[in-house]
Amino acid sequence: MAVQTPNGFNLDRSGRRIVIDPLTRIEGHLRVEANLDSDNVIRNAVSSGTMWRGIEVILRGRDPRDAWAFTERICGVCTGTHALTSVRAVENALGIAIPENANSIRNIMQLCLLVHDHLVHFYHLHALDWVDVVSALKADPKSTSALAQSISPWPLSSPGYFKDLQIRLTKFFGSGQLGPFKNGYWGHPAYKLPPEANLMAVAHYLEALDFQKEIVKIQAIYGGKNPHPNWLVGGVPCAINIDGPGAVGAINMERLNIVASIIERSIEFVEQVYLPDIAAICSFYKDWLHGGGLSSKSVMSYGDIPENANDCSAKSFKLPRGVILGGNLKEILPIDHGDPEQIQEFVAHSWYKYPSDCCGLHPWDGITEPHFELGPKLKGSKTDIKELDEGGKYSWIKAPRWRGHAMEVGPLARYIIGYAQGKAEFKEPAERLLKGLNLPLTALFSTLGRTAARALECQWAAHQMRYFQDKLVIHIKAGNTATADVSRWKPESWHKEAKGYGFSEAPRGALGHWIKIKGAKIDNYQCVVPTTWNGSPRDPKGNIGAFEASLIGTPMVDPQRPLEILRTIHSFDPCLACSTHVMSPDGQEVASINVR
Amino acid sequence: MLNPKDKKRILVLGIGNILWADEGFGVRVVEEFHRRYATDDNVTVLDGGTQGLYLVSFLEQSDCLIVFDAIDYGLLPGQLKLVRDDEVPKFTAAKKVSLHQTGFQEVLSAADLLGRRPRELALIGCQPLDLEHWGGPLTTPVRLQIAPAIELACKLLAQWDSPAKPRTAPLPASERLLANNIDHANYEIGARPI
Repeated sequence: MAVQTPNGFNLDRSGRRIVIDPLTRIEGHLRVEANLDSDNVIRNAVSSGTMWRGIEVILRGRDPRDAWAFTERICGVCTGTHALTSVRAVENALGIAIPENANSIRNIMQLCLLVHDHLVHFYHLHALDWVDVVSALKADPKSTSALAQSISPWPLSSPGYFKDLQIRLTKFFGSGQLGPFKNGYWGHPAYKLPPEANLMAVAHYLEALDFQKEIVKIQAIYGGKNPHPNWLVGGVPCAINIDGPGAVGAINMERLNIVASIIERSIEFVEQVYLPDIAAICSFYKDWLHGGGLSSKSVMSYGDIPENANDCSAKSFKLPRGVILGGNLKEILPIDHGDPEQIQEFVAHSWYKYPSDCCGLHPWDGITEPHFELGPKLKGSKTDIKELDEGGKYSWIKAPRWRGHAMEVGPLARYIIGYAQGKAEFKEPAERLLKGLNLPLTALFSTLGRTAARALECQWAAHQMRYFQDKLVIHIKAGNTATADVSRWKPESWHKEAKGYGFSEAPRGALGHWIKIKGAKIDNYQCVVPTTWNGSPRDPKGNIGAFEASLIGTPMVDPQRPLEILRTIHSFDPCLACSTHVMSPDGQEVASINVR
Repeated sequence: MLNPKDKKRILVLGIGNILWADEGFGVRVVEEFHRRYATDDNVTVLDGGTQGLYLVSFLEQSDCLIVFDAIDYGLLPGQLKLVRDDEVPKFTAAKKVSLHQTGFQEVLSAADLLGRRPRELALIGCQPLDLEHWGGPLTTPVRLQIAPAIELACKLLAQWDSPAKPRTAPLPASERLLANNIDHANYEIGARPI
């Protein structure tokens, strides 16, 4: 029996249920359950974050100026963007303005993270949903070379290069280790690339692994070290000493030149490897336009990369700011992070306790009180859950809503809003890609569209890095070397009580931190992360979140090997933060797929 | 005496999440090692945190690798175990670091795939007691293994012809591996009691 959700999806949980737990190749633990009809089409989907995490309980009572260092440790991939959002929240609460140079350097670091994360996400976590590694062993190196040279001037494309790689791969697989390629559904009929395209993509998988270490050097130069770069409330911690020989941590001309050179090589890699690969892969999957979910209805982007320091207007932000509701591209609605009526989190279906399950709480008033309780229709037991009951509580993720609406966030949301705003730098590349594939605009609202938007954004971000690097150098040459304002560093200069928020556009979407400060200590701290938006469970009204919505209507070729579900969930670049359970040597964790 | 340039390049790496009780063991050992010992230029001391695949680049620049980590060996809490070379992947496969469920084994095999894996591997693991206490400190049996773990590493470094030297002057706070009150002492002062 089908039920329609208020946000327009028909759910039917009468068909057989498949359970994937954990879903691999993501940050953290995620469980997905889905009901299939007799044609193996997904008619109901349930996404459940299976680990509890509450940064708020760690930060209470700590010094607000240190919060970034803690939030940087939540997980291994969102590091810098949490730190940035945290210092912004503290500055907002304390009324601190940062210098222009600090704005440029923060933008470069955030853009660097976007480029890095998009590249690593695509090649190392997502590409294998489209690329069959084992099929690459059957490719003809000569034809692979011809294919590579037909789509890009990238020099690593000779038949010998691909032949050598194939030999290495064969040896690697022959030695019995699958390494990063284990848990793959190799040979699955939903893989559509010819062996040559697979071999080319595997070559680029390795090249991207090699190249990503160059990009992070930018974090080390501006952040003092990497991993875990340094941040500072009031600006950035690196001093500028342009003529200096390079005292520890200081930025001189030599280091600025290193950054500029890495930026150029990043642009080259993205344009000659990543984008041509995406276009090639899309051309083989043009018929697989499932997975759009909320993207054609409700998308949100907080905005980021301010042109001018301390200017949070939509005009200043280079990444778009606003909300689209009901697929109405003609209207971009404004967001106010401080308005208690706009962003609220609900826990009707989450393992937390609120004064009332039907009311949402604004993050400033957010509560993180774990409350594990299962619905009456649960199959199995508390310690051995066979099937969740989505009618009850079923996830450690809260359900954030904007004015009551579930939202998709991330690169695709940003591109849709940028497109709707008519911004050429978003609209034109998207149109060019669609035109090359002979696809309509509506094709963007898909798993493939999400994956393509990330690639386009990677290129955009690499060019913006160059823009802000140039801007920084011009400022410095004009004698402007300020990188921080520490006039309000000391707690004596603060109000006794203060509250604020900080936001950013993390690689995987809109990220917000809300802070309350009392007597120079943190009184409350709440993070609403992108995957909370995308991976949210249902809300009291029954609206489903972006992950669940994206799976509805997807046909599965072989439910025992749920490649299509992995493909679509991975396209969001989910981060459920901190998968840190240990397993015993004989209890290796492998995804268990149960079809009932 | 070998010229430092000809010496083996050694990476001393601590991994884990300091916000998850005993899961922070590896990072706390490397932090304390760095506080107490100075090393030659061919030795890199790194707080790897929860970085998974991003650590590949550090691995591929090393001939020898020492990793500190909390590992479930099925031993008593706080028991220390040294695992060498070919045995390392088996044990690190059992353990997941944070990055997108990339176990350290996958980091090793990615380095292998790139054709640049350290030749000698040593995993100094400690059996954790508590991995559930979000925001909690190291438990006593695990904390007590920090010093023995460092001793084991010092022996290995001596065998590799790059002995660690006890610092004669205390390391200034500004040069420690972890700062901003996430260093071991200050983190635990603010950690929630169980």
